[in-house]
Amino acid sequence: MSKTKTKEENATPTVKIYIMGSMHEVPASLTIMKAMEYAGFKFKRGAGCRAGFCGACATLYRKAGDYRIYAALACQTQVEDGMVLTQLPFVPAPKGIYDVDSLQPTASSILKFYPEVARCLSCNACSKVCPQEIQVMDYVQYCLQGQIDKAAELSFDCVQCGLCAIRCPAEIPQYHVGMLARRLHGKYNMSTPETLIERVEEIENGVFEEGFKELKSLSKDDLKKRYIERDFVDQKKA
Amino acid sequence: MKMIRGYPEDMRKSIDNVNKTRSKRIDQIIEDLSLEERKEVLDNFHPDYNPKYKRNISWGVNKGDNVPNEVADVIEAYPMVNPDDIDLSKIDYDVNVLIIGAGGAGTSAALWANYSGVPKEEILLVTKLRLGDCNTVMAQGGIQAADRPVDNPLIHYMDVIGGGHFENNPNLVKALVSDAPKIIKWHKDLGVMYDCTEDGSFIENPGGGTSRNRMHCSKDYTGLEMFRTLKDEIINREIPYLEFSPAIELITGETGGIAGAILYNIETKQYFVVRAKTIILTTGGFGRLHVAGFPTTNHYGATMDGVVMAYRAGAKLRDLDATQFHPTGAAFPEQIVGLLITEKTRSLGAQVLGRNGEQICYPLEPRDVEASSLIKCCTTTDNYIETPTQMRGIWLDSPLIEEIKGKGTILKNLSAMYRMMNRFDIDITEDPILVYPTLHYQNGGVELDENCYTSLKGLLAAGEISGGVHGKNRLMGNSLLEINVFGRRAGITAANEYKKKSTVGKLTLAHVHKSIKALDALNLKDKRYSPTILPEYRSDIVRDRLVQLYEQSL
Repeated sequence: MSKTKTKEENATPTVKIYIMGSMHEVPASLTIMKAMEYAGFKFKRGAGCRAGFCGACATLYRKAGDYRIYAALACQTQVEDGMVLTQLPFVPAPKGIYDVDSLQPTASSILKFYPEVARCLSCNACSKVCPQEIQVMDYVQYCLQGQIDKAAELSFDCVQCGLCAIRCPAEIPQYHVGMLARRLHGKYNMSTPETLIERVEEIENGVFEEGFKELKSLSKDDLKKRYIERDFVDQKKA
Repeated sequence: MKMIRGYPEDMRKSIDNVNKTRSKRIDQIIEDLSLEERKEVLDNFHPDYNPKYKRNISWGVNKGDNVPNEVADVIEAYPMVNPDDIDLSKIDYDVNVLIIGAGGAGTSAALWANYSGVPKEEILLVTKLRLGDCNTVMAQGGIQAADRPVDNPLIHYMDVIGGGHFENNPNLVKALVSDAPKIIKWHKDLGVMYDCTEDGSFIENPGGGTSRNRMHCSKDYTGLEMFRTLKDEIINREIPYLEFSPAIELITGETGGIAGAILYNIETKQYFVVRAKTIILTTGGFGRLHVAGFPTTNHYGATMDGVVMAYRAGAKLRDLDATQFHPTGAAFPEQIVGLLITEKTRSLGAQVLGRNGEQICYPLEPRDVEASSLIKCCTTTDNYIETPTQMRGIWLDSPLIEEIKGKGTILKNLSAMYRMMNRFDIDITEDPILVYPTLHYQNGGVELDENCYTSLKGLLAAGEISGGVHGKNRLMGNSLLEINVFGRRAGITAANEYKKKSTVGKLTLAHVHKSIKALDALNLKDKRYSPTILPEYRSDIVRDRLVQLYEQSL
């Protein structure tokens, strides 16, 4: 159950974490997000899907005796003793405004809206901070080289938390760049199957109207009969 | 407790059984259940059919309807704001189309209202958290559309109706399946990256209860890929939106019908009055109410607010007796209990297994049947696996996918699942995933017709908030479809209304006063308030202190 149960958890081992500098003792089994709630924080910012898909809970932390900065999604990461953490629930990075119908899948389309891509220093700080472990610098470089297909595929698992943009010394909003690359690739490089276009035409021409009329006229028992008798052409059945 | 590659040593013994039986099971197909057998397992094991989780609604249009206690709780609750405290003469936003909820349905509605002739300045999209904090981005497995030559919308229709126990509204099902190919075409034009084979045709998978492979997908980030594209378009078209500003009450017009809403900025705690000619409710479902005590796959703000507001205004609801429990929520590790393990794992061939490593049921039954079969196994046999926190679960044999479809299939098609489990040291290409049903979807909701009109003038609805599309049980891949089909239709309907020149007149909250009177007459033992807005997860110690502080302040 997702509700915190104090009694049971008090019997479990605890760790000390530092939320924006303040120490809190929390059950060791919790995620960062649940630990913050246990400690009394009620999220408005910093919690969204709570399952690793929305990027709302981007978190930076250091560990005791370790100079490195670590990044994580608070909902997907277990607390560790000595964690000093802060959340970064919002990143100021304006998105380009474009009409994707008027663009081409080229480097110049990307540079038109994000000229700062050309400033990439290849330092790889973006890839290191990415909580999805995406090779961010590589897709930025692919954009610069006009390899939009590779940029789209490499950036695909991005949850748009924005940590890359915050760490970038060239001030590139990588996660917006990846979005544009994917749209260009999806629209211009990936074809639309003929079967889809034909089916849309059939529906618009009313090809199935008679069939719907007949199905809607069936009694519940006749519908059930039809349902049981339907064939499965793609799947193996016992 | 000794951990070996992410699992406690004790659980490893059962994983050995799974590994041992795999080669024998690869071609083994368990028979699916007949309609009679489905009924039996549902009656006995599905929480919907257990009276202890339910009660009848005690007031309003749907008085007497049997619904989960958690749903009755938010309906039998007082408004969070005193209607006399709101100054309706001061209108903060005056627009033609107000869309409440900016998930998949809300953004589709906004785009299609704009495409269909409503100027952007006349649209306002409001949302509780950020643009895109919604269940849409969490949808993994796919979206159904009957576009292959061996398939057609009539076959899709039969699957939907049968999955919903023949209780769906046929007009809504027809709209759902007929618009499906158009939606995929629209997405393709926007640049959504649907998975394709080498020759450029779509990869299409089966789902539970589908008689054809028609699940279009974008790895296991289908909802995310779709939503971020829609969001990109909202921003490109400069459609105005307000974040962290949920609606907490609808407003009625003096000429009858819905004419606006009260927004509550959860950061600044200010109220705002919006007047609009058409209001589209796209607030999603109820996962965060934790129906029957289950954990949920849903996002943080899924608290059924839209249904509560609409009900106070007199909207008719339907099918709220039916709740969807997804068969495969994570049951281990503890940190992610209840999170979604996509049905696509079973679409790609993973079987569900007991402790002994043998299949317990056909893996692609409709969701309610599959979930009930898992609950049955965990509650009436000893063929389950127990976690260190005494949770019971069933194995989902993900490594079988690599045996059937080849090495690398998981990384390519289930990268979100691989990543999530890998964060907890579990490699799903080598080891199975422990699962148990989890609260997933609100099958019923506000009644509407195929043009998204509700029973109230001026009020449209679309998406998970609505009822009738899925009957008593939704199939995989029909929710991503629904939000697009009915979001689009709501946007088009709003544009048609925009062209009819009419006004809403003076604003009132008479329906809220009326609701308070009806609630007073119930003499409720517990005085609750709704909409819920956000669930409460702070620990008991913290909450007890807050209550003490509050009592001292009185």
